[in-house]
Amino acid sequence: MHSLVPQTALRGRSQSANDKLAKSLGYFSIALGVTELVAPRALSNAIGVKGLEPIIRTYGGREIATGVAILASHNPEPWIWARVAGDLADIATVATGLKQSNGKANNTVAALAALAGVTVVDMVCASGLNAEKGGRRTAVADYSNRSGFPQGVQAARGAARKA
Amino acid sequence: MKALVWHGTSDIRCESVPDPRIENDRDAIIKVTSCAICGSDLHLFDHFMPGMKSGDVMGHETMGEVVEVGSAAKGSLKIGDRVVIPFTIICGECEQCKRGNFSVCERSNRNKDLADKVFGHTTAGLFGYTHLTGGYPGGQAEYLRVPFADATHIKVPDGIPDEKLLFLSDIFPTGWQAAAQCEIQPTDTVAIWGCGPVGQMTIRSAVLLGARQVIAIDRLPERLSMAKAGGAITINFEEESVVERLNELTGGKGPEKCIDAVGLEAHATGSIDSMYDRAKQAMMLETDRPHVLREMIYVCRPAGVLSIPGVYGGLLDKLPVGALMNKGLTVRTGQTHVNRWTDDLLNRVVENQIDPSFVITHTEPLERGPEMYKTFRDKQDGCIKVVLKPGANGANHA
Repeated sequence: MHSLVPQTALRGRSQSANDKLAKSLGYFSIALGVTELVAPRALSNAIGVKGLEPIIRTYGGREIATGVAILASHNPEPWIWARVAGDLADIATVATGLKQSNGKANNTVAALAALAGVTVVDMVCASGLNAEKGGRRTAVADYSNRSGFPQGVQAARGAARKA
Repeated sequence: MKALVWHGTSDIRCESVPDPRIENDRDAIIKVTSCAICGSDLHLFDHFMPGMKSGDVMGHETMGEVVEVGSAAKGSLKIGDRVVIPFTIICGECEQCKRGNFSVCERSNRNKDLADKVFGHTTAGLFGYTHLTGGYPGGQAEYLRVPFADATHIKVPDGIPDEKLLFLSDIFPTGWQAAAQCEIQPTDTVAIWGCGPVGQMTIRSAVLLGARQVIAIDRLPERLSMAKAGGAITINFEEESVVERLNELTGGKGPEKCIDAVGLEAHATGSIDSMYDRAKQAMMLETDRPHVLREMIYVCRPAGVLSIPGVYGGLLDKLPVGALMNKGLTVRTGQTHVNRWTDDLLNRVVENQIDPSFVITHTEPLERGPEMYKTFRDKQDGCIKVVLKPGANGANHA
């Protein structure tokens, strides 16, 4: 049977660099989510986007849920892709600040640049995790010839009781 | 020497650690020829078992050759002896050992005070496990120090491959004890949850012990195919209702004997209650996911027996104890009293009644152990049982 054993980046270790990056992104997601839930107004003021506090709170909940899922799952890859989708929603939301005349256009641009950077990191991590798995989760192997009874199943039935 | 070392959740590394040495005159050192990754190692890998410390050497399924013997063990062992090491460390002299209750040896846990506080009374020391059971360095390594070595060993003959003998250390006697403590009658239906390595050994044991019908429950086709090969009727819980199917196969009365070979990490998305348990685990409000226990209590025939070789770690929620009590079910559980069974089981291997090597799907060098933990846990590559070979280079997949 051809081996589908995943080749991790660090031979002799169970965690690859991508596993560690995913874990860091999980913690980052929770920290950002808590900030968005607790201080949406301060956050929106800082990045120059006003009137979006309810949306930012919702995004905070999303970030926390994604972060917990990343940390709790043996397979964080789909949750990192969920972060990428969230990043795109964040970018679209923050971009509305560019149309607002609030004198904080530079802050908005900086926030968009940061979001773009995080999106790239998320995509690199998710792609790396996918590559380590070789695109497959589980190979279906056929072990129907492995009875474990050299003299056959029928001979084994009750053999210990007879003895 | 090289060894597999625990560093935290999902973090096991193959590293150089100091060679073991004789620390007590009842010790022996063995050169490891084969070792294996056990399903209960995964509970440590996933860090559901409390009491692990960074730097702990993993492994409790080990065999090899004696290379050094302490003065007090020389009457029982000599250099060159081929031995399988039981995962339970036993003194052989305390009241429990004399009764054959080896997994609750009163003297081998060097962290007895800690275990007394957590469990009420201590249990035996275990290799490569939590510090609650002594924190002894394990056998996924090139060498292993065996405490109380004059009692803690199983001598095995030459001429039989390691692969047929290695599992006397744990999963074969564990499966056997799980079936034996059910006191199987020729009219019994035995239902076994989980077709991992212990589940597979339990199926073979129940067949040998003469159950009328053995039913195996899992969701992975490769594991179900191996269960069927061993003489079991299979139920894929992702495709059919376990309770309905078990009742159908037993004339509506339920199986007389139910065996939990799953333990604390039931498939997290396999049922509503497991999802609930997983959420509580994430919030540190519960330690285990006892879906199988709930299902066994519900479906077992009144006055039946529940046997639990599956490992549980701490505090469980929403157990239907009312049904357990009113149905008059008997619960039997515990770590395996390995040496109680191994003379008999070794004979069965020598006599070719059973060949436990059927369960091995992967053989790898020790250095690839950390990756194989991940492969085994994530059930990739058709993985059911991994054997590791210190000093080997090549890999062999089933």
